[in-house]
This record gives sequence, C-alpha cells and structure tokens, in this order.
Amino acid sequence: MNAQDLQDEVQVVTTGCFGFCEKGPIVKVIPDNTFYVSVEPGDAGEIIAEHAIKGRRVDRLLYVDPTNKQQIADSRGMGFYKKQIRIALRNCGLIDPENIDEYLAADGYEAMGRVFAEMSPEEAIQEMIDSGLRGRGGGGFPAGIKWQIASKVEADQKYVVCNADEGDPGAFMDRSILEGDPHSVLEAMVINGYCIGATKGLIYIRAEYPLAINRLKIAIGQARDYGLLGKDILGSGFDFDVEIRYGAGAFVCGEETALIHSMEGERGEPTFKPPFPAQSGYLGKPTNVNNVETFANVPVIFNKGAKWFAGIGTEKSKGTKVFALAGKINNVGLIEVPMGITLREVIFEIGGGIKDGKKFKAVQTGGPSGGCLTEKHLDTPIDFDNLLSAGSMMGSGGMIVMDEDDCMVAVAKFYLDFTVEESCGKCSPCRIGNKRLYELLDNITKGQADKEDLENMRNLCGVIRDSSLCGLGQTSPNPVLSTMDNFMDEYIAHVEEDRCPSGVCKDLIRYEIIPENCVGCTACARNCPVNCIAGERKQLHVIDQSLCIKCNACFEKCKFNAVAII
Amino acid sequence: MELIKINIDNRTVEVEKGTTIFHAAKKLGIDIPTLCYMNLGDLNIEHKPGGCRVCVVEVEGRRNLAPACATECYDGMVVHSHSMRVLNARKTVLELILSDHPFDCLICAKSGTCDLQNMAIKMGVRSIPFQGEKSTYKPDFSPAIIREMDKCIMCRRCETMCNDFQTVGVLSGIHRGFESVVAPAFERDLDHSECTYCGQCVAVCPTGALTEVDHTTQLIRDLADPAKKVVVQTAPAVRAALGEAFGMEPGTLVTGKMVAALRRLGFDYVFDTDFAADLTIMEEGTELLDRLTRFLDGDKEVKLPMLTSCCPGWVNFFEYHFPDMRDIPSTARSPQQMFGAIAKTYFADQIETKRDEMVVVSVMPCVAKKYECTREEFKVDDNPDVDYSISTRELAMLIKRSNMDFASLPDEEFDMPMGESTGAAVIFGTTGGVIEAAVRTAYELHTGKTLEKIDFEQLRGIKGTRSASVDFDGVEIKIGIAHGLGQARKLLDDIKAGKSQYHAIEIMACPGGCVGGGGQPLHHGNPEIIKARQKAIYQEDAGKPIRKSHENPSIIKLYDEFLGKPMSEKAHHLLHTHYFDKKRKDVLLD
Amino acid sequence: MADLKKMKGELQSKIALREKSDKPEGRVQVKVAMATCGIASGAKEVMEYMVDEMDKRNIDAIVTQTGCMGYCYAEPTIEVNLPGHEPLVFGYVDIKKADEIIEKYIRNQELVEGIIPMNYQTIEKNK
Repeated sequence: MNAQDLQDEVQVVTTGCFGFCEKGPIVKVIPDNTFYVSVEPGDAGEIIAEHAIKGRRVDRLLYVDPTNKQQIADSRGMGFYKKQIRIALRNCGLIDPENIDEYLAADGYEAMGRVFAEMSPEEAIQEMIDSGLRGRGGGGFPAGIKWQIASKVEADQKYVVCNADEGDPGAFMDRSILEGDPHSVLEAMVINGYCIGATKGLIYIRAEYPLAINRLKIAIGQARDYGLLGKDILGSGFDFDVEIRYGAGAFVCGEETALIHSMEGERGEPTFKPPFPAQSGYLGKPTNVNNVETFANVPVIFNKGAKWFAGIGTEKSKGTKVFALAGKINNVGLIEVPMGITLREVIFEIGGGIKDGKKFKAVQTGGPSGGCLTEKHLDTPIDFDNLLSAGSMMGSGGMIVMDEDDCMVAVAKFYLDFTVEESCGKCSPCRIGNKRLYELLDNITKGQADKEDLENMRNLCGVIRDSSLCGLGQTSPNPVLSTMDNFMDEYIAHVEEDRCPSGVCKDLIRYEIIPENCVGCTACARNCPVNCIAGERKQLHVIDQSLCIKCNACFEKCKFNAVAII
Repeated sequence: MELIKINIDNRTVEVEKGTTIFHAAKKLGIDIPTLCYMNLGDLNIEHKPGGCRVCVVEVEGRRNLAPACATECYDGMVVHSHSMRVLNARKTVLELILSDHPFDCLICAKSGTCDLQNMAIKMGVRSIPFQGEKSTYKPDFSPAIIREMDKCIMCRRCETMCNDFQTVGVLSGIHRGFESVVAPAFERDLDHSECTYCGQCVAVCPTGALTEVDHTTQLIRDLADPAKKVVVQTAPAVRAALGEAFGMEPGTLVTGKMVAALRRLGFDYVFDTDFAADLTIMEEGTELLDRLTRFLDGDKEVKLPMLTSCCPGWVNFFEYHFPDMRDIPSTARSPQQMFGAIAKTYFADQIETKRDEMVVVSVMPCVAKKYECTREEFKVDDNPDVDYSISTRELAMLIKRSNMDFASLPDEEFDMPMGESTGAAVIFGTTGGVIEAAVRTAYELHTGKTLEKIDFEQLRGIKGTRSASVDFDGVEIKIGIAHGLGQARKLLDDIKAGKSQYHAIEIMACPGGCVGGGGQPLHHGNPEIIKARQKAIYQEDAGKPIRKSHENPSIIKLYDEFLGKPMSEKAHHLLHTHYFDKKRKDVLLD
Repeated sequence: MADLKKMKGELQSKIALREKSDKPEGRVQVKVAMATCGIASGAKEVMEYMVDEMDKRNIDAIVTQTGCMGYCYAEPTIEVNLPGHEPLVFGYVDIKKADEIIEKYIRNQELVEGIIPMNYQTIEKNK
C-alpha cells in the first residue's frame, strides 16, 4: 500500500482471529466486507492492484460455499457466520441490562402480552410442546411436557422456579444471560406462571453471582414499576410476582429436588422421584423448575412461533445450545450454536482450533458428569441423544478442549475430585463409591495400581452409575468410563509400565538432561529451587533424581531443549 | 382402592396402587435387604430416604436400578430382586459401606445386634476390595448417649426420630460428600445441644454409631466392694422386654427370673421402682386433686391442665422448648428419683447405713434416666440419690456375663419393703398407664367411693395422641395422652394457644411409653414388639392382688412412719422438684 | 397489549434515534460488556475512562453498559457504533487501547487493531 502511495487512503490493520482458521490467511476489505481466503503473499499484490485501486473483486480468492459451489464475496453471506445463532443470548451484549426500555424496544414482554391476549394456557403449553424445547440445565426433559404436568395438578398454590444455581465448573451461560438480559427470564417465568396457574416465581441463584443478583433485582423492580410483574399484569387479570432465593453454591442443588429442599431451608440433598416437583415441589405444592437458558428461549418461541423454533436443530433436539468453550482452544468464550452442529465446527471453526498449533486429543462436554469425546466423535452432530450415546452428555453446556499434553487419567481424576467434593453424601454409592474411585485413580497416577484395579474400577463405575440416587451420582463415573473406553492405552501405560505418556503425572516422570543438547549454560542449575542440578559452566549438567521435586523449572528455562521429561 | 398386578422374581402378586416394591415383595415372602428403611407402622413414621442403596432391584425397562423401599409399583411391572446385576450392585454397595467402617466388631457395643454386621453375614462378604481413607470423628460422650460417628452409615434413621417423631431437632446431616455425617448443629457435643436424651436415636441406629453410656463395669466393681450396700430398683417396662435379649418371644413377662438374676448378681437389696411409682401416684394424684378442687371452686390462679413429670426425656424437652410453661407439669419427681430419695433416707436409716456407703442403681428401659440421676437438684452433699442407671440391654449383658442361664432361673420375689407394689404402678411402663394409675387413686380419694371397674380402657391404646373423659361422680375429667415428643408438642402448642380442654395430660417421650424406651432390647423398627410388651404390662397389672396405689401397705406404712401425708413438708423436700429454663442455655454460651 | 405495543414503538424510535442516526453529527454509541467476566478483566475502568474522556474531549457520545458478548478470550470488549458505520467490536481494551480507539476510530474513523469479527446470526426482531 505504501509502495502504491495509498497509505492515506487505505489503512492496513491487523485484527483478531476471524475464527475461520481452516481457510487462513484471511484478508477482509472494508467497507464492502469482501472476504478473501487462503491469501498468500503473492496474492496480496493482486488484491491491492485490483481491489484497492480499481475497485474490482479478485474472484479467485473468494470463499466458495462447499454446498452450492458459489463464490461468496460478502462475509455476511458465508455459512461460517451462520454457525452461531443467538436466541438465548439474543440481547446479551446488545442492550443495557439495567434499562427495561431497551429490552422493551427489543420485543421485550411482547411474547407475554401475546400469550395473555391470544392464547389460553393450554394453547400456550401446546406451543411450547410444539417448539420441541428441551430443558437446557442438563436433563433435556421437554419443557412443554413439564409445564403440562404441572398445569394438570390441582392445587391452591403453585410455583415457578428458575434454576440459576449454575454449578458446572467452567459453565457460565446462565450468569451471562442474567447479567446481560435478565428481563427475558422474568418474562418467561410470567408466561410459565400463566400456563400452569402459578402466581409466584422464585429464582434460586447462587450467592456467588452478585452482579447477576443485582441486575435481577433492578429488573424485577423495573418490571413491577411498569406493571409487568405484580397484580393484574397488562390488564389480563393474572397476578405474578418473582422473588430471589440465594443458594450457597452446592453443585447438587442444581438437581431440582435438592434445589427445592435448599429453598425450604432444608439440607440441599435430592429426594427420590416420584413425586416429581410438578406434583409435590416447593412447600409440597406443584412446582415447575426450569433453568435460566431454558427460560431465555421461551419469549422467542412465542414471538417467532413454535414452528420457526422447531425449524432449527435436529429431529429430537430443537433450537440452539449455549456452550462455554474453554481449555486448550484459541477462542475461549461463550457461543450459541444450533443443535446438530458438529464438534469439529465448534472447535476448529468457531473456537479457532487448538492453542499453539498442538494436536487435538479430546473434548469434555457436560461438565464434571460428562464424558470425554475424541477424534472419532468430531463429526457427530451435537444434540442431547447423540452425546449420550457417545458416552457423554449435554449437561449445562461446558465444553473443555484437551490437547496432546493432557493426561486422560489425570483429567478423569480432576473431574472426579469435583464430584467427590460436591456429592451431597446422602446415598452410599456416590458418597463412598466416588471417593474410592478417586483413590483408585490417584493410585494409578502414582504408579501404585495394577491391572486388577482397572477391572475393579470399571465395576465400581458401573455400580455407581446403576445405583446412585440422583443424576449427580448416576453420571459421575462418565469421565472415568469414557476415558477408559477411548484412552485405555494411557491407563495401561500407567499401571503396567509406570509411565505417563503425556508427562503429566508427577510421580511417573523424571527430568533428565540430554548430553548432546546441553551446552552448560547453567540456566537450569540457577533456577532449580532445590539446587539438585550440578555442573560447571560449559560442562554437562546432571540432575540428582533423589532431590528433584519435579517443579518443571529447568524444563522451562532451558533454551536448548536439553531437559527432557521421561 | 385400585389393585395392580406386578411380577417379582417370576411370581405375580396383586397389591394396592401406591405400594412400594419392598412391600409387594414382602407379600411374596421375598425379604429385600435394606439398611436405612424403617417403618414404625401405627406410629406413622415411615423412613425411606433411599440412601443406603442396598435394596436396589432391577425393573425391566428401567435404565438404572430402583430402590425397592421408595419405588412404587405400577401395573405390569416386572422386577428381579436377585439378578446378577442386582447382587453385584448390592454387594459392591455393601463393600463400599464397609470400606468406610471401623473393623472393631469384636469389641463393638452393637456386636451381635448390628444390622450392618448381619448384612455382611447375609451377603457373604469375605474381603473388601476397596481400601482408602476412613471417616474419623472425635467420639462424643454425653451423660447418656455416646456418638461414635466413625460407625455411622448415614441411614439417617436417627434424624427422622429426632426431627420428625420427637421434633427435638438436634440431629441433622451436615457437610457434603465423603465428609457427610449426622451431628448436632455446628458439630457440637450432644451435651451442648438441646438433646433430651430420649434415646430414640439409639433405639433405631443400625450400627454402633449411637449407643448408651455403659455403667456395667462400675456396677461390677461396686457389687464386689464389701463396704458398699448396693440397692437395685427395676422399672416396670424392663420385665416386659428383658426376655427378648434371651431369645424369648416379645411380650414374655420375666419379673421373677429378673429378680432371681439380680439377687445372683450380688445386689444386697432387690427392690422395685414400682414401689416408687405408687408413691408418685400418692404425690402426683394428690397434687392433681388439689389443683382440680381449686379449679372447680373457681380459683383462677390454678394452672391446668396438669402434666405428668415422670419421664426425664419429656422434662428435658419442656425445659428446652417450652420453658415458659414449666409451672404446668406436676412438681412430683420421677419414680426413679423418689426411690433414690427414700432409699437413701428412710431405708438407709432402717438398715443403719450411711448415705455414702449405699449405692442405688436403677435398671431402666431408658437412656435419659442416666442423665436424670446426674442432675444437681437430686444430690445431697454431692452424693446422688440414684448413683447410676443401667439400661435393660446392659442388664441382659451383665446376666450373660455372669454365666447364668436366664431361662432356667426360678421365679423369685422382690425384697421388702421397697419391693412391694400394686398393679397401678406396673402400668407406668406403657403409654396411658400413669394417668390410669392416677385416676384410680384420685377417683377414690375424691369421691370416697370404691371403683367398680378398675380398667380404664378408654385410656389405653397405641395412637400417638388420645383423649378420654372420666366421670368423677358427676364431674367430667378430661384427659389427654401423648407419647412421642412430636405428639406432646401439639398438645403443648394447644395449651399455649389457650385451646386445650384437658384437666390432665400424660406425656411419655418414647413410642408406646417406656416399653418402647431407648434403653430396651432393640425392636429394629418393628412396632409389633412394642405392642406385645404393652400387652404384657397390662397382663401383670391384671394379675396383681392390689391394683390401686393408695392401697399399697408399704406405702401406707411409709407415710405413717416417715412422710406424714402426701405433699407434706417432708414429702415436698424429698419427693418434689422444680424445673429450669434451659432454652439455649448452654447452647450459645460456650 | 395495545399499551405495550405503543410503548415499544415509542421506545424503539427513541433508541433508533440514538443508535441509527444518519445525521453525520449524530451521536456515537459505545457499549461496554459489563458482565462479571468483563468487569473482572477491567471493563469497569474502561467504562469510566470512556465516559470521562468523551466528556473531556467533547465527543457527543453515549456510553452504556451491556451484557457479555461471549468473547471471553478478548475481554474487556466494547462495541463502538459510529453513525453511518457498522458496529465494530474491539477486544483486549485497556485504557491505552481505549484512548487509541477514541482518537483514531471515533474521531477519525481510522481502524485500529483488535477488531473482533462478528461471527453469529441474530434473530430478526419483530417490527
């Protein structure tokens, strides 16, 4: 550009990843949004000469839609940009969550008004059933059916409960929705109340979400001021109000019966179902419990119609799902994708691929109770049922990507550590079984287990899954089972060869200096916190294994690749 | 009621809709094992947390195993109670529970009567494939109950008894995951909680996690000490249950054999708490008559209804939970304490023994009695009226330890004078008995007439709260009866709200009264055993030549020679007490 | 329902006026992603800086907060809406970056580094 003396007219800027690594390098020309893919240095001249000076597109560098083989110039027309659809997150990052006017301007409370004016509770429930929306908290139970069950139970008082006890490590979509678009949840709760005949709504939210709580309080206050909560909402004759209840952050309180007990002031532990909360829930009254993301979808269903909603996603899983993408991935973040998208698209396109160009190893979905999926699952369309049959689950939408440096035994142990901490302790298989499972895994990572332990472990996993009281215990062995299914070679290496192939398990690795590479720079010795590396300047250095604490400092400091993890 | 058909282990059974798999299987004679389930039948307590997971069964078409105790049957359900999958899960779960349990069975207080031990025998567990961290807790020694939570299997039965049945609310599950344990709030000791020591938690605990304080070693030492005169008193409910510890049918009366055994153990005097029960009626009945007469005469100051005060668990309960109403219960001490007070004065004088040379031991169906005798107001110069109390279970153990064949012992009689008692005293051992005994005496003293019919059937039964009225020669006396502190709470709330119609109320802390006490041989949650003991009590009453307390010759003599008359100054001093406001007393101050 | 529609209409035009003004002298709108994640990465500081600086530098702008935009890897993020331009999202915005954005992009419409391409579809709003 400078050579062409265009620096005053054309500005070249580096920008963030376009999330389309497959076709990089990418050049985008603004203002006409032309999107060039696979641009090589030689092509740059052509773009300057043709596009910048003459205003003509360089067609051969345009993206070709793989389905219809058409060249697409405007990036907004590209399929990649359709990979995310924001329904639950529709207003997040767009409106001011503390200003109800902005929500109203974005179709807010229109769905509620429409339901009041045009639909009977039965019709509204039917709309929900037709939409095919399934609970986004993890279970995937059809929301409309849940509403229907609660609506049919006779009672003097019923409750609508919003489950905002987001507890999966790494998942924060519910928090984001409550922080970015609290009114969408309130609106959905009113609709829910109208449908099942409940006049009271309760939001069970963990006290660790102060900002979300604050914004919810503001939203509730504003909605009351506008007459959108309270008595005779919009002249419909229907009363509904919402209260906030705080949770102390127990993972198990995401289980609806445990959540209800916690709200009642009892110990947060699940009870056997039936009775379901829809029959006997909060204070023994019929209660419908849905999670934040589920509720956030509801207004859209009524605004755009069940048919529109059901048009997105797969046969049995409709709509979109929000995932919290994390781990060894470039674009860590919150994404909302239609059901049916593949893991490959999520990880390599939206997520921008694996960090530092490492090799993809596994992706863990569904939070601590989910399983690890591998290379072979990358092209499986993501929905509730496919994830289950692949040995994992949807969960609340955590998605943690692992690369070649991750030891799968250590990963399983990490998740189990969480379950052991978060088990409520009520039933024996979960309380003691998970503890023993953790101990077995710990022994494996220390090289203190044998092959028999692996058999023992598999049986234990089966029993915990088969006989635990609630979903927490029934799914807690998933990380172990799925890693045993997919990475048995790593387990075998640990127990038979006392070796951790990824070099993660501290007890099974040692640091050694490779004589050919060592130049005697003393960097390792100077940085060793326990002074266990000996060697004169320009002489070969040696690590005293008996003193080494495996802190990794020498490995990090060596510039000559002379420290090896064996 | 809708009937449905279900198939269990290839056999079909018809059950009412709502029946659980556990009960349906029972109908077929299939005994599905469980460690947490408990059903107290008539007492309306069904504990089915579905927590132990030992009762899991396979239900065709179901993804995972179902807990038989909590899963309701549906028509056409097909269940397998001992498939490979079930047996493997059941055994693995049991092995898991055992992997977090101390292996000190040989020296455990519950050895032989432990549900967990029996289950391990039943399942043929020979090794534990899981090794790992075990739960360790500091043992909690209170005056009556010992908690060794290392042995807790989280069945939570104690919680149900403490919270739902007794509404005492001391025990609840705390912490999470592997660290979960049942404990008083903030993991305090029982001694610093509002525990009433009713012992119902001990009575239902399947393992040795909850046991009573053991006084047998001290007792053996005292019996062997020639310088000490050791006097024993036995509560009425003991004789109706002791036989169970020796394999006899529940409801077998063993009064004579018990006396023989005590004598052979080396007690110097074998007396009967029933003697003191007759004495209690004299004092309490007189107090009731006094209050009633004043009330009927229009005295607005008089407090009615009058509540009984012989149950120490109940006394603790109102001191903690209703301290503002502590002027309502009778001031009469419990029979155990009246016995001690008389034994260490009147009887000690008779045998010319000094107070500190005498040891008064009580055999009680109760663990709260262990606490009651340590109360400061029942001590003279730091010497307690009753030195210590042992439970029915401890007595059984002592008899076994002393190489006696209980069944072949002869029937012997109590010693005189404090072994003489009436039928009215015997029925103290069951719910409704104290008030019936009081009515027998109060009626005759009030009306001056002789009762034509001694049995007051309207006061008997097993329902949690009962009410009846008795015609006192034209004056209708309304009587309330409650057993279980939860039931008592209801009556107390009514009194507080001014809604109570009763003149007198009898309250017992335990289900069925003392026959279901926390110190009795374990009934393992079977209410039929409690009912059988109750029957035995009424049987003993019916067989007694004298059935009214005021006709007990030894009691008449006691008043003539020593006390003067009921509620005399001396009687007040020795036989009456006062109550304390314990609301949060030591709960918040330490 | 009619009231609601009317209210919505008014609000929409009010916000449209603010957001989509075609007048070249129309107001600049800056949205700062102020969810917990953003705040933890320093969005509050950026927000305060933006408000102060717009004032100091005499730029007619509205700075508002909004929820999480989903670009966790690039927090804090802000969206700048210049009249007549497509909204642009900037990531990794600290005080220095904010200054650059104000000086270069807002004042002179010069692009600066750190633009995050929008990679999702929005649902069409009901008009």
